[in-house]
Amino acid sequence: MTAYLIRRILYALPIVIGVNLLTFALFFVVNTPEDMARMHLGQKRVTEAAVQAWQAERGYDQPLLWNAAAEGWQMLTETLFFTKSLKLFAFDFGQSDSGRDIGYDISQRMWPSLALAIPILLIGLLVNITFALLLALFRGTALDTWGVVLCVGLLSISGLFYIIGGQVLIGKLLKLAPISGYDTGVQAWKFLILPVVVGVLGAIGSGTRWYRSLFLEEIGKDFVRTARAKGLSEMAILFRHVLRNALIPILTGLVVVLPTLFMGSLLLESFFGIPGLGSYTIDAIQRQDFAIVRAMVFLGTVLYILGLILTDLSYTIADPRVRLH
Amino acid sequence: MPFQPVILATDALIYLLVLVIAGFVVYARRQPHLLAPWQQVARRRVAMGAWVVIVLYLLIGLSDTLHFRLADGQDATGQTRYATQVVSLLDVMTGSLRERREKTYSAPFATHLYSKEMVDLPDGGQQRLYPALRYGGQHLAEPSDRAWDIAWRGLLGAAVGFGVFVLLLLVRYRCRMTTLCELWRAPERGAGRSAWGVLAILCLLVGAVISLSAVYHVLGTDKVGEDVLYQVLKSIRTGLVIGTLTTLVMLPAALLLGTMAGYFRGWVDDIIQYLYTTLSSVPGVLLIAASILVMQVYMSNHPAEFTSLTERSDFRLLFLCLILGLTSWTSLCRLLRGEALKLRQMGYVQAAQTLGVGHFTILWRHIVPNVMHIVLIVIVLDFSGLVLAEAVLSYINIGVDPNTYSWGNMINSARLELAREPVVWWSLTAAFGFMFVLVLAANLLADAVRDAFDPR
Repeated sequence: MTAYLIRRILYALPIVIGVNLLTFALFFVVNTPEDMARMHLGQKRVTEAAVQAWQAERGYDQPLLWNAAAEGWQMLTETLFFTKSLKLFAFDFGQSDSGRDIGYDISQRMWPSLALAIPILLIGLLVNITFALLLALFRGTALDTWGVVLCVGLLSISGLFYIIGGQVLIGKLLKLAPISGYDTGVQAWKFLILPVVVGVLGAIGSGTRWYRSLFLEEIGKDFVRTARAKGLSEMAILFRHVLRNALIPILTGLVVVLPTLFMGSLLLESFFGIPGLGSYTIDAIQRQDFAIVRAMVFLGTVLYILGLILTDLSYTIADPRVRLH
Repeated sequence: MPFQPVILATDALIYLLVLVIAGFVVYARRQPHLLAPWQQVARRRVAMGAWVVIVLYLLIGLSDTLHFRLADGQDATGQTRYATQVVSLLDVMTGSLRERREKTYSAPFATHLYSKEMVDLPDGGQQRLYPALRYGGQHLAEPSDRAWDIAWRGLLGAAVGFGVFVLLLLVRYRCRMTTLCELWRAPERGAGRSAWGVLAILCLLVGAVISLSAVYHVLGTDKVGEDVLYQVLKSIRTGLVIGTLTTLVMLPAALLLGTMAGYFRGWVDDIIQYLYTTLSSVPGVLLIAASILVMQVYMSNHPAEFTSLTERSDFRLLFLCLILGLTSWTSLCRLLRGEALKLRQMGYVQAAQTLGVGHFTILWRHIVPNVMHIVLIVIVLDFSGLVLAEAVLSYINIGVDPNTYSWGNMINSARLELAREPVVWWSLTAAFGFMFVLVLAANLLADAVRDAFDPR
């Protein structure tokens, strides 16, 4: 098990390096820092001195890979690749283009993201499984058929519609919850109601349909037929045999998203004004702050790979038949 | 009227796609094994109804793809001069919609602007009132006649639409009334019946809308007074392009790499797996954002390469397709690799190997045809997700060019209008409505296609 874990982490390393090289190529080779400076300062009427100053201020004035002007090791360390790309491996994200410490911002903004993402995940899971079990219980009847049609209808609606509709209906017309904003500490719950409701609603269609197909797959298996032949009630079969066996794919599906919860939800956070990492990313994209986008790409990748490793581990815990070597 | 055809980059790809599909249809008509799953799709009632809706969208999208420049007079030497503006067949067909601009917002079927303005009265004084629109409902003698006028014109248009529908029905069944009656009676013809039913509804609707849009703004006007109906119609092409071209631009790479990885195994497999695992590890939205940001820098530093605004936004649309394709390509590649791993153990592949057939010949002749059903399922399943993704990306400003008509851009610009008093709801509703119908139809069709083609 430990050996497997170590091997998995070693496998993940080349992937992280690959992503690092990819982002470096995108941000520094395809477009030089000079291009970035010119875009930020304006295209035509910008002096060479202003471009130089902009680059020097943000540490973009070094050569890409090899600093011929420096001495010894500094020939390698005083380069863009070392200072901007390699330091990400130590989770040293450096400064954003507007001069703030990215690492500090991330550690501050992580918590609102989690405060939004965890309730959505848990409530959504509960609601989706309940509906899916209901459909699986009434499989083959009109309720099931129309339930599936409703699911397809719900998942065909744009996520933006749920957000905008929720804000207008619950926030503006019924005035049940504040439309957007955030508060420190426990007071924040008021502001979380609406985004959580919208987040859960928006995922009901796809979630219920997915869980229903999982349950139906289990229902068709031999042990369910045996259980029915023993004379167990349909409810007992559903909860004791179908649900418990379907929990394996459900749990592992959850584990894979756990680490990425930190990244927050891009749309929900920016619409509802929650100062999490999702809105941080969106703001960075809209301000064209390349340093933050680069840091978030790296962080997102690492968390995703972490999720994959955790999934493999959770298989062994949830399903005793799986052995990892 | 003389015109000069213009082929934009996405147009060329769409023409290519249409040619390939047409070629496949001609080929498949003589191959019963290729036809069988499609016949199974055709027997599904819901799928056929959805198909009719999609065909309508496709027709509108295709008519918006035929781009050209109209002649506008002659120069000194007698040569025909062409306008700089690129228009499409759809623009010409809906000419009056595009040209009848109001001053600012007006509600659907309105005869007056939505807000009060200072208006000069004929007697020289000024008063704050709702100014009359320039075009919407200006044929009415009395504003109170409006409801009757709408009902009358709507009915008239619907009647014409119904006439067209009956004509189509007669053409299809060669005027034989007995076959027509059978269509309604026979239970096994249910799929055909639902398709004709949907077609009838669409004919009535389109007829009524065409008739009404001649004198009203059926879906209102937006901030700069442009007709919202025209905007949603123009957005159809963008949605379809993103939904189809995205999967297709990366298809050759996914097909080649996926089957190669599964067939050759060994170090080829390792490299290809590394490639797609790395790409799929980057969160999709962030990769798109990073690439679009980089492209924006490139475009703002090389303004000379994009001569016109149309070319510029078309390039951006194509680039978006490429980037979206790059992120969605990896899952297809993984599926294809798995299937190729299975297929290489098959008797016919091993027989071909024993007979000394070249590896790439085996790939092309035995592996690729046998994974095509997966490709088709993925294309159809991805379509609706991509249409929805376009709207989200446009909201984050990393979608299509702001000058392109798209549902995402409409939603993005309309979302602040809900805070106005009175609420401006029509552009948002129109964009969501058109998007919903397309995505729902695509989802319903995708389910049927998956059931028919997936052997599991």
